Amino acid sequence: MESRLQIVAIVGAVGLLLLVLELVRRRALMERYALLWLFSSVVILGLAVWTDLLNALARQMGIMSAPNALFFVAVAFILLLLLHFSAAMSRLSDQSKVLAQRQAILEHRLSETERRAEARELEATSERTGAVL
Amino acid sequence: MPPHSPPTDRSTCLAVVPAYNEAATVGNVVTQLRHKAPQLDVVVIDDGSTDATAYIADRAGARVLKMPFNLGIGGAVQAGFKYADENGYDYMVQVDGDGQHDPGEISKLFSAIEDEGGADMICGSRFATATGYIAPISRRTGIHVFAFLLSRLLRQPVTDPTSGFRLYNRRAITLFAHDYPHDYPEVEAVLMLHHHRLTMREVSVRMFQRGGGTSSIGSGKSFYYMVKVLLALFVGLGRRRAVPRPGEPAAVAAEHGI
Repeated sequence: MESRLQIVAIVGAVGLLLLVLELVRRRALMERYALLWLFSSVVILGLAVWTDLLNALARQMGIMSAPNALFFVAVAFILLLLLHFSAAMSRLSDQSKVLAQRQAILEHRLSETERRAEARELEATSERTGAVL
Repeated sequence: MPPHSPPTDRSTCLAVVPAYNEAATVGNVVTQLRHKAPQLDVVVIDDGSTDATAYIADRAGARVLKMPFNLGIGGAVQAGFKYADENGYDYMVQVDGDGQHDPGEISKLFSAIEDEGGADMICGSRFATATGYIAPISRRTGIHVFAFLLSRLLRQPVTDPTSGFRLYNRRAITLFAHDYPHDYPEVEAVLMLHHHRLTMREVSVRMFQRGGGTSSIGSGKSFYYMVKVLLALFVGLGRRRAVPRPGEPAAVAAEHGI
């Protein structure tokens, strides 16, 4: 692999790694979601630094030029991350549905309780005024 | 109230029992709590169980907070902190719903928080002295790695940082009600406490093998557990925090947990 390309790949991977760590530090990214990002950037960094491994990988997969193998690995990780986020999103939308349902049921229960309390109060006052009259 | 005053007759204490599908054991835990520590109010956090956990806990005489879905142990316990905070409890003790913590040992935690100086959190440890408890080997390695790291970071011996058998005072309750880690929170919570200049101490307690159900940490998740907690520990070192001077009240995180 050409050394200029190697430098670009290394800088990119290190940049991604630092960005993810910084986001975790600022609490903008939960550890749960950061781990796959960290893993991807570490693997890409490893392949970019250790070109022998990348060449071997390219040969094994029948890819002519080593940089293409690096792109292939990066794209594979992107697909994996996207799938991961789709799964996370599915869970979140399911949870927000459950929350909305609970919220609606509780709101109904609260207004019923309030109405019943009001009715009781009204009854009590009318009884009292009846007694006075 | 000064931060370290001993529990008096008028101070209020809450027992929080996080339970996820612990129908087999939670009833006994609640009964034991009411029997052996009658001064405590008991609230069971039903973390979206699909079995009869909530029903059994209610029948055993506990208050039950039902989470609408499974939040994980961090979210469930934090619901307990919020409940304790909003209702003005002076102390909160956390007892697992799986029956591995002995409610009869709670008095040991209280006497440690009463001791001269006391601490903001008292942690029941299986390893502070030899107690005959043997954790599975996969768990043990992790526990010892975390114990070693925390002992260095806190500059005090920490032997059982994953134990969830803990007693918190008002300051610790306020802190954790605002900000508590998500997944596998126990280890990180010790470090958070330290960063906020609160203190923790361990006392040796006896623990039982699990009474039933399955641990929240299966062997497959052990690796994720290790990596996640290590990441959280090291990144946590670099966080800016509202650091109060020792002894200041309301040592609460500047940023709220999401």
